Amino acid sequence: MSSAEIAPTESGHRQSSRRFRRAQKVAPFVFLAPAVLLLLVFLLYPLVSSFRLSFVSWNGLGDGGDFVGFQNWVRLAHDTLFWRSALHNILLAVFSVVVQLPIAVVLAVVLDEASKGSRILKILYFLPLLMSSVALGVLFKNIYDPNFGPINGILSELGLYSWTQDWLGDPRLALASVIAVVSWQYIPFYMVLFLAALSSFPREITEAARLDGASGRTIFWRLKLPHLQGTFRTAALLVLIGSMRYFDLIYVMTGGGPENASEVMATYMYRTVFASFELGYGSTIASAMFFIIMAISIVSLRVSQRFETEV
Amino acid sequence: MAHRSFKLSRLSIPVLGLFWLAVTTLPFLFVVFTSMKTLQETYTNPVWALPESFSLDNYIRVIEGSYLTYLRNSAFVITISVILIVIVSSMAAYALARLKFRFNTALFGLIVAGMIVPLHVTLVPVYLMTRAMGLYDTLFALIGPYVATSLPVSIFILTEFMRQVPRELEEAALLDGCGPFKIFAKIFFPLSTPGISTVAIYNGIMLWNEFVFAYVLTSSPETRTLPLAVWEFQGQYAADIPTILAVVTLSTLPLIIVYAIGQERIVNGMMAGSLKG
Repeated sequence: MSSAEIAPTESGHRQSSRRFRRAQKVAPFVFLAPAVLLLLVFLLYPLVSSFRLSFVSWNGLGDGGDFVGFQNWVRLAHDTLFWRSALHNILLAVFSVVVQLPIAVVLAVVLDEASKGSRILKILYFLPLLMSSVALGVLFKNIYDPNFGPINGILSELGLYSWTQDWLGDPRLALASVIAVVSWQYIPFYMVLFLAALSSFPREITEAARLDGASGRTIFWRLKLPHLQGTFRTAALLVLIGSMRYFDLIYVMTGGGPENASEVMATYMYRTVFASFELGYGSTIASAMFFIIMAISIVSLRVSQRFETEV
Repeated sequence: MAHRSFKLSRLSIPVLGLFWLAVTTLPFLFVVFTSMKTLQETYTNPVWALPESFSLDNYIRVIEGSYLTYLRNSAFVITISVILIVIVSSMAAYALARLKFRFNTALFGLIVAGMIVPLHVTLVPVYLMTRAMGLYDTLFALIGPYVATSLPVSIFILTEFMRQVPRELEEAALLDGCGPFKIFAKIFFPLSTPGISTVAIYNGIMLWNEFVFAYVLTSSPETRTLPLAVWEFQGQYAADIPTILAVVTLSTLPLIIVYAIGQERIVNGMMAGSLKG
C-alpha cells in the first residue's frame, strides 16, 4: 500500500528531474543567445569588418572596393593630420584631468562641508550632464558667438574690447574653447564621484585630528586628499578613455575646424568617410583609434593595478 | 592663525558653492531668457537684458513645426531599446552569474571587454549593414545598435547584482521543482529590480541624447530623434537665435522633467553606469 503510493511519485520525480537536467543543459544557451547574437552582429562583426575595410580602397559605390594591402596604413603613418588629431585627443585628456579633477575635488569638499543646501546644490550642479551634446554644442556656440554672444557682450561692456575673441573661429583658441565646455559638463560628474568617496571618510578621524589641533587645511591635505587617491585613479582612467573617443560636442561646435585646429581622431574619421567618401581610409583611422584606445586601456589598467598593490 | 584660516574656510565654502552654481546655471538662464526674446531684441538689446515680454511665441512655432514628431520618434526608439536591453541583459546576466557551463568566465570577460570598443569603429560597417538590410532611414535601424552597444555595461552591472542574490532562495526554489527558467522569472528578475532600474535609467538617458548613430542611420525629418531636432532646426533657422534656443530648451525639457521627479535615482544611475563603462 505504502510502496504503491511512493512508486508513482518516484517515477514522476525521476521524470521531472530528467526534464530538469535537460532544462539545465539548454538553459545557458537560451539565456545567452539573444545577447551573444546582438553583440556578434552589431559589435564584433563591425569591428572585424572595419579592420578588413582598412585594407581596401572604396568610395562606397559598387560592392567592396579594391584590395590595396597596407597602403592605407602606410598613408596613416605619414598622415600629419591624423597625428595632429591624435595629439588633440591627448591634449583634451591632459587638460581634462588637470582642469576637471582639481575643481571637482574642491567642489566635492565644499558640498561635503556645507551642511545646508548641499543636496539642492548637488542636484543643480548635475544638470549639464542631462543635456545632449548637440543641445550643449548649439548652446555654447551661441555663448561663444563673437557678435551676439554673452561672453564678448560682457567683456566689451566692461571696456575690455581687447579681450573679446572669436572663440571658436580662431585656430589658436578653438580647442581650448571646446575643452572649456567639456569641463563645464563633466566637472559635476567627477564632483559626485569624489563626494561619494569623501562621505565614506570616517568622521571619527576628522574629529580626532581636530582634537589634536589639526587645522581644516591640514585635515584636507594630509587626510582627505590621500583618501581620494583611488577615486583619482578611476577618474583619470575615465577621462583618458573618454577623451580618446570624444566626438559629438566637437563635431557640433567646430566640426574639427577652423583649419583642423580642433580636429580629433573621431571627427577626422567621420569626415573621411561621410564627406570625402573614403570608406577604406576612414576605416583605417577607426581601426587605429580602436588599437590606441585598447593599448591605453590595458596600460592604464596595469599601471593602476600596480599602484594599488603598492599602496 | 589657525583661528583665522578656520574663519576663511567657513566663508569660502558658501562663496565657492554659489560661484559654481552661477557657472552651472547662467548658461541655462541665457537659453531660457533668450528663447523668449524676439529676433529683433537680440540685435538691439544687450545680451543679458531680460526679454521685453516673456513670450512663448518661439516655443509655439517650434512645437507647431515638427518637434512632436521628433519627440515621438525618440520616445518610440528609446522605449523599445530600453525594454530589450533590460530583458536581454538580465537573461545573460543570470546565466553568467549562476549557471554552470564551459567558458563562463571567458565569455563574461569578452562581453565586458566590449565596453571599450569606441562606437566610431563600428559606424561604417553598421551603416553598410543597415543599408543592406533595407532599414536605412527607419527608426528600426537605431534599435539594433542601441541595444547592442548598451549590452556590455548592462550585463556587467546586472551580473554583479545577481551574484549577490542569496543561494538559499535558489535552493528553496529548486526543491519546489522550479527549473532555471522559473527561477529566473520568479526570483532573479524581481530581486534585481534596483540593478535593472540603474540599467534602464543610465541607458535611457544615454540613448535619449545619442547623436552619431541617429545622424548616420537616418536622414529624413520623419525618422529623426530629438537630439537631431536641434541639429535640423539649427540649419533651418540659421540666424534666428531665439528660436534655436527654444529648440535647445524643448529638447532638454523631457529629461529635466524626469529629473525633477527622481533626482537622486538619476544621479546614482548615471554614476553607476558610467563608472562601469
